Amino acid sequence: MAGYSFMNDLSNVVRMDEPITRGPAPRWQKKHLDASNTSVNMSLNVSRGKMNASLNCSTNQSKTPSKGGSSRSKTPSKTPSKTPSKSPRSNPSSKSPTPGKSGGDRFIPNRLATDFDLGSFKLKQQAPEEGESPTQAEKQRVMSENLHGRDINNQRILSYQNKAPLPPEGYQNHLKVVYTQSKTPASVKGTTRYIPQAPDRILDAPEICDDYYLNLIDWGHNNILAVALGASVYLWNAATGSIEQLLELESNDNVSSLSWIQAGEGEHLAVGTSLGTIQLWDTSAMKRERIMAGHGGRVGSLSWNSYILSSGSRTGQIIHSDVRMREHNVLTTNGHTQEVCGLKWSPDGRYLASGGNDNLLNVWPVNHGTMHTQAQPLYSLSAHQAAVKAVAWCPWQPHVLASGGGTADRCIRFWNCNTGVLLNTVDTKSQVCAILWSAHYKELISGHGYANNQLIIWKYPSMAKVTELTGHSARVLHMAMSPDGTTVISAGADETLRLWKCFAVDPAKKKSTKEVKAEPSLLKTRIR
Amino acid sequence: MTDTQLKAKNSITLKGSAEIVMEYLNFGINSILFQRGVYPPETFKTVENFGLSIFVSTDEKIISFVDTVLKQMKDWLLEEKVQKISMIITNITTKEALERWDFNVKYEAGSGGSTDIQELKDTKVARNGKVNDASKVGNKELKVIQNEIRDVLRQICSTVSFLPLLDCLCAFDVHIYTNQDCEVPEEWNETAPCVIANSQELQLRTFSTSLHHMATVVSYKAE
Repeated sequence: MAGYSFMNDLSNVVRMDEPITRGPAPRWQKKHLDASNTSVNMSLNVSRGKMNASLNCSTNQSKTPSKGGSSRSKTPSKTPSKTPSKSPRSNPSSKSPTPGKSGGDRFIPNRLATDFDLGSFKLKQQAPEEGESPTQAEKQRVMSENLHGRDINNQRILSYQNKAPLPPEGYQNHLKVVYTQSKTPASVKGTTRYIPQAPDRILDAPEICDDYYLNLIDWGHNNILAVALGASVYLWNAATGSIEQLLELESNDNVSSLSWIQAGEGEHLAVGTSLGTIQLWDTSAMKRERIMAGHGGRVGSLSWNSYILSSGSRTGQIIHSDVRMREHNVLTTNGHTQEVCGLKWSPDGRYLASGGNDNLLNVWPVNHGTMHTQAQPLYSLSAHQAAVKAVAWCPWQPHVLASGGGTADRCIRFWNCNTGVLLNTVDTKSQVCAILWSAHYKELISGHGYANNQLIIWKYPSMAKVTELTGHSARVLHMAMSPDGTTVISAGADETLRLWKCFAVDPAKKKSTKEVKAEPSLLKTRIR
Repeated sequence: MTDTQLKAKNSITLKGSAEIVMEYLNFGINSILFQRGVYPPETFKTVENFGLSIFVSTDEKIISFVDTVLKQMKDWLLEEKVQKISMIITNITTKEALERWDFNVKYEAGSGGSTDIQELKDTKVARNGKVNDASKVGNKELKVIQNEIRDVLRQICSTVSFLPLLDCLCAFDVHIYTNQDCEVPEEWNETAPCVIANSQELQLRTFSTSLHHMATVVSYKAE
């Protein structure tokens, strides 16, 4: 539309041999006639936008009749061939609408769009060369300005002539894997055990929030699965299959994270909300015990270490709360600049791992004598190229940490937290949303997003792919493991929860493994 | 005495500022080359800087190209002749420009002088062919500048998630937009501006060394 009116204006400018049919000139045009100083007009013309057209129009009409026949023949013949066809569509983005346009018949200059510095400079500059009509030179300049974004006569574009080498022949952009549907090859060496490829059960999870940065399911030691759907928290008893609603938040508050307390500490569930509070619930009595405030943003991640509840929020802060005390906040740390989305205490309680949207993975040492961490991280690991949500500690080597990055990273990395060394990196070709370890099979399972929305089981430490479990029709957001370690539940953005019996224990082997297990653990305690 | 010491600690000379800009551009260009998949990922290595791991190329020819260009750019930057630096990614077979990363430079007065007349002064300086006084000093803390740069570099990394896939063999080039009075050194040449047909623009974060203000804009072909 703007382009059209601009064209109209231009054609009016160009058609000068016709009688003026539009009635008397408005007052602001007459004013310009009096002024007759073209350089003033030019300096005003510098301001971009629609004003260009109207001002050009005025100068032209005022100019040509006074000059006489010679210039009359000149101007119309040249201009139409160039301007109208090119300039309107060349660069629509540079046309900022001038708010002062609707002024009736008055010319109200828009000072916002006027560059006074440049204007005064242009005024002081000597008049343009003779021979070429000033309006035309101006038009040329405005045209090039529109085309190139700035005045081309004022600059040079230089480039080094010995160009950089071309990429090797036949090279394919490695990013393509993010966009293709092809499966990554599984390891040739299969495992002997049987892993069911279909989920054991599928539960509906309507309104589960499709947000990568939240942690919305947790499976407690009491064999109860807590699931947050929108503003409510439901408890699914895995043994009986019964479902109970624990709570429903009010006034556009949503549940953003869940975490069960560790085994042997009771039946407490911590619930983080999008308004930045943490609620503590006793699920045996179905009663809320307390509300803890302190965060300035939504609480996206929670992790327990005995009586300390560590919580990470959107502001990047991690707050350690002693849930027994009235003044619960024992430490606030600022190790992240963006949302903390992955938070896990190591099984031996020596380290806390936190992953953030600032692509950092921080490892915090425990403050000796207390259960919370020190104020500064032990390691700040920046190897991931995307947000780190999936963090999981190895159950049998408590200093080994696995972390997975988001879409731009797609890697699972293993860290030795005693030394801070990167042990291994695996490119999974897909966003890593969650990682769990299986102590029984020395394997780990990772949940992924686009393109296959699959779960992958890996052998550790060889990281050979055991199998892929597909079924989710949208990305796998969260995972939790049953307390007996046999079943994994995955929550997908397709609003389903799928239970996979992928680590089922073979009853024939069960006894022998237990005996073997007992020996080395005894040895270990003697050495340490 | 302690006062002067403190002053010396927090001040950034024009040369230092140009070096920071050069460092940023080096990491920015390398990061773009890696993140956009212009060259194979195995030809890159990670370098720790600004608290980030940044992928930089190990290809000697790329290193020397970027080095030469940026050193020349720095010389011009010291003379305040650079207006912007563009990195252009083109399709090798069709020669079509697919993506343009603009690094717009603005000169700031630092601690002395006022910014208002700076632009005018630039043009005047350009006319006289006179080099601006090199005694300008900025007073921004290095740590703050580095944090700002880190944020921009992080944004460059995260653009991968929405920029269209470069599904062809691509080449890159660096254009430097300078003032008219700039001398063209040997092996350099004037080129035509690069325009992407039907493009979308996105302004990333900016940073400033208190002497140079850098705005990063990416233009890409909208499908």
